[in-house]
Amino acid sequence: MIEIEKVHKSFKDLEVIKGVDLTVQKGEVVSIVGGSGSGKSTLLMCINGLENIQSGSIRVDGTEVHAKGTDINKLRQKIGIVFQQWNAFPHLNVLENVMLAPRKVLGKSRAEAEELAVKQLTHVGLADKLKVFPGKLSGGQQQRMAIARALAMSPDYMLFDEATSALDPQLVGEVLDTMRLLAEDGMTMILVTHEIPFARDVSDRVAFFREGLVHEIGPPDQVIDNPQKPETAAFLKSVV
Amino acid sequence: MFSTGFTFSTSFTWNDLLFLLQGAWVTLLLTFWSMLLGTFMGVSCGLLRALLPRATIPLGWFLDIFRSVPLLIQFVLFNSLKSIVGLDWSAFTVGCVVLGVYVAAFCTEIVRSGVLSVPQNLRLASRSLGMTYWQDLRYVVMPLATRVAFPGWLNLSLSAMKDTALVMWIGIIELLRASQAIVTRIQEPLLVLCIAGLIYYLISLVVSRLGAQVEKRWQQND
Ligand SMILES: Nc1ncnc2c1ncn2[C@@H]1O[C@H](COP(=O)(O)OP(=O)(O)O)[C@@H](O)[C@H]1O
Ligand SMILES: [Mg+2]
Repeated sequence: MIEIEKVHKSFKDLEVIKGVDLTVQKGEVVSIVGGSGSGKSTLLMCINGLENIQSGSIRVDGTEVHAKGTDINKLRQKIGIVFQQWNAFPHLNVLENVMLAPRKVLGKSRAEAEELAVKQLTHVGLADKLKVFPGKLSGGQQQRMAIARALAMSPDYMLFDEATSALDPQLVGEVLDTMRLLAEDGMTMILVTHEIPFARDVSDRVAFFREGLVHEIGPPDQVIDNPQKPETAAFLKSVV
Repeated sequence: MFSTGFTFSTSFTWNDLLFLLQGAWVTLLLTFWSMLLGTFMGVSCGLLRALLPRATIPLGWFLDIFRSVPLLIQFVLFNSLKSIVGLDWSAFTVGCVVLGVYVAAFCTEIVRSGVLSVPQNLRLASRSLGMTYWQDLRYVVMPLATRVAFPGWLNLSLSAMKDTALVMWIGIIELLRASQAIVTRIQEPLLVLCIAGLIYYLISLVVSRLGAQVEKRWQQND
């Protein structure tokens, strides 16, 4: 369970997150939609401690992310994150990209890590690209590789930050399909996305983010099909 | 003028070539040791400069001195300092140390910009996988920075090789000094300097060919 309580986050004088409350249950898929600059990416970074927070608390399975004594590297092992920009390690081939963290962080043997990596890469449809370097992959393939790389750590949670926004339109589908499979497998996920139909399809709840706050949250047939707040309706109109 | 043992010759002999090659060997040794020392220090200082930019600003100023003062002045100054302080170092050691520090000052900048060239995204990606700061540095930042820094480092080693010529001012007989000695005797500056130049060229050629091989291996991945 991810519990976000009254979180405030500023970059210098700029307050980006202004008291967000959000709880994500085990097995739940929550989508976050909202305008650019509303603090969606920042919130995801706070959840796995890539960014600090000014006040409030974020707990993952009861562990306080930003507490002094927390072993943040240990915590991150169970929170996978996929960013908007493809961030394959360019000096490693696809297989090595996926094997790196299981080997170095989980201390798996080469054989174990390879087996794990091949399994995940097969899952995302890259079984025939194991020895290829990321520079030779399409954006969609790189993004699927990034998903496999995160899954190889056997995370309990997956965070997606506009995983398809930087892709050519014809490549969006393959990445969304991969994410959909993951949701159907029961992975607990938080997705920041502009793909509204996709969000409606896979989410248990949708949160509309506005100016650093959760402006409206509820099941997709409420927030997307029948928004209660005029700002939510206006935003949805602007992205469709 | 007389020579003992064999007849004095006013043409370029096999012995002269041998003498030049001995000088070239000294040049190579000087280059090797100063690059080893300079790279070791440069990598350490460059990492510090990139990872702790604020705290190491004074280090940057300090290294700027070595980058801006002509190397010849550094050789002569250090050599006199050595006598004043009473250090019992050979001229060769002095040569390696002064050139090594000079190399370190440039190497620091090469390493620093290499490290800074690694996109922040990649570092976030590795940290988000649970890698520690040091694992990220070791397995992601360093390999990528090495690729960026390598061509600059190779250039540095070639220019260090040429800069070794300046150690003759503190009494070491390396390639250029050896050729001057022969010029004085046989009065054929063009011939001798061409041969010395050719030796420098051949050394550089080997070094840059080896470097190109390394870079090609990396580029195949891009
Ligand atoms: N590292 C940072 N330093 C300073 N400001 C930042 C940083 N990251 C994000 N911001 C600012 O925080 C605000 C929210 O950004 P972000 O979380 O990326 O929004 P979103 O993902 O919803 O588009 C923006 O105004 C952005 O400029
Ligand atoms: Mg964003």
